[in-house]
Amino acid sequence: MEMDLSRAVKLARIELTPEEEQRLAPQLGEVLQYVEKLNGLDVSGVEPTAHATPLSNVMREDEPRESLSQEDALRNAPKTANGLFVVPKIVE
Amino acid sequence: MEYEAVIGLETHVQLKTRTKMWCGCANEYGADANTNVCPVCLGLPGVLPVPNAEALRLTALTGFLLNCDVPSYAKWDRKNYFYPDNPKNYQLTQLDFPSTITGFVEFELGGELESVRINRAHLEEDVGKSFHFADYSGVDFNRAGVPLLEIVTEPDITSGDMAYEYLNALKSILEYGGVSDCDMEKGQVRCDVNISVRPIGQQELGEKIEIKNMNSFSGVRRAAEYEIARQIEVLEEGGQLVQETRRWDDDAGITDSMRTKEDAHDYRYFPDPDLMPHRPSKEWLEAIREEVVELPLARERRLMEQYELPAGDADVFVGDAALGNYFEEAAKGLKNPKQAANWVINNLQAKLVETETSVADLKFPAVAIGELIGLVEGGQISSKIAQEVFAEMFASGKSPAIIVEEKGLSQVSDSGELEAFCREAIEANPGPADDFRNGKEAALNFLKGQVMKASRGKANPQMVGELLAKILNG
Repeated sequence: MEMDLSRAVKLARIELTPEEEQRLAPQLGEVLQYVEKLNGLDVSGVEPTAHATPLSNVMREDEPRESLSQEDALRNAPKTANGLFVVPKIVE
Repeated sequence: MEYEAVIGLETHVQLKTRTKMWCGCANEYGADANTNVCPVCLGLPGVLPVPNAEALRLTALTGFLLNCDVPSYAKWDRKNYFYPDNPKNYQLTQLDFPSTITGFVEFELGGELESVRINRAHLEEDVGKSFHFADYSGVDFNRAGVPLLEIVTEPDITSGDMAYEYLNALKSILEYGGVSDCDMEKGQVRCDVNISVRPIGQQELGEKIEIKNMNSFSGVRRAAEYEIARQIEVLEEGGQLVQETRRWDDDAGITDSMRTKEDAHDYRYFPDPDLMPHRPSKEWLEAIREEVVELPLARERRLMEQYELPAGDADVFVGDAALGNYFEEAAKGLKNPKQAANWVINNLQAKLVETETSVADLKFPAVAIGELIGLVEGGQISSKIAQEVFAEMFASGKSPAIIVEEKGLSQVSDSGELEAFCREAIEANPGPADDFRNGKEAALNFLKGQVMKASRGKANPQMVGELLAKILNG
């Protein structure tokens, strides 16, 4: 089973060379096939859940804590200006 | 062919919390760029979000204010998309198990009561703010992670005017409930409009078009009106509408296409593994339910009914809740509450504005307003003197009866004393006195005014009128 990569590539905003696509398509197909096995399980008696951890109502009080300094916040940014993270010009 | 519009609104409202939704950074407008940020709201690897209890409380409170149900289970999902203002490359939101569902908002439109059903109000997070420069854009993440409530209506709205009134009603409900400040200037309320048209009588909905980028309620109204006309025109010219997202250009007053269905985002929602579900307990919900305040429309109607106030007065007490509460306190046990409303609106409100103070600063209790009214009704003081007494009440906080006593303002109703005043006035003004004798009724008012002046406003005006007439006709 081979996977159609074009859509996944587009959604993930990545570019693959034709060689990479040739190599990855069957590999990812195998992964899918493996996961597909789950469909063979009989889950008719199992209630659907979004979490396997028996926890709920985990929350914190609305108390402010110290934030990073602007300098620290921007430290990893490839480019900054006027305290902002610089990104390519957004046009939509 | 006649067409009708079908409109649904998605309104995003920032909640009034001290901190962000998933971290302890301040929820604060106007701070220096990227100073209210931390690894959690910057989307750095390896961090864990923890929900803000206050945001959950305000969400449930909103649910009650909007007549919604608060289900016993809610969870968060990741909505995946790439955009520079979205640091994690996903937004945390509630897809299929939102915190509140199925409610309604009531409001007045052209004198009629209207109702718009609410599909859901779900809790999510705001994104950063972008700034655009000549050859690059910059992002400030102070707003990223601020708790954001998305309030989604059913498609019950049929016109731009109706959308506008719904939004105003929603805003005043949220402000009244203390859920959000709804400051448009600060971007605390934003709105998307879903709109389609169809021939009247047709069951099937037309192609849905979403409009974005409206930053005022009047912008929503104008955009809806423009879009309804545009869609009808396309159909009438035999054209076809396609599902798309359009951008409102407020300056030009038009919408233009941003993207069509083919380019629509594929968000690949899935449950957020880091956030545990919320199961509101009965006790928690009951405690919040007790905080539900009377809504503006209900308050207006109750004031009109209970105190027989005109709509104008009721509006004042809805717009200024503290003044309204004060009025209700003052009107307790009064036969004619409208008089208390007059004092509170015409005199008290004016004094508060003049002195730049608020109801909380008042030196006299609300019950004093009733006492003052009682003194006028009982004939102890004239309504003119009552103004003087009120000014003194406001200044010193003394009770009306004590002020009247101390200043000797009691109305003169002793007929002997009054008769002396009247005879003096007639003697000093023979012209008007003759005029009255010759049948010019209005001349009596002049003489009455002279008596009031001579008594420094303390004469009982009704008795003065009667006495003057008696003497002159005698």
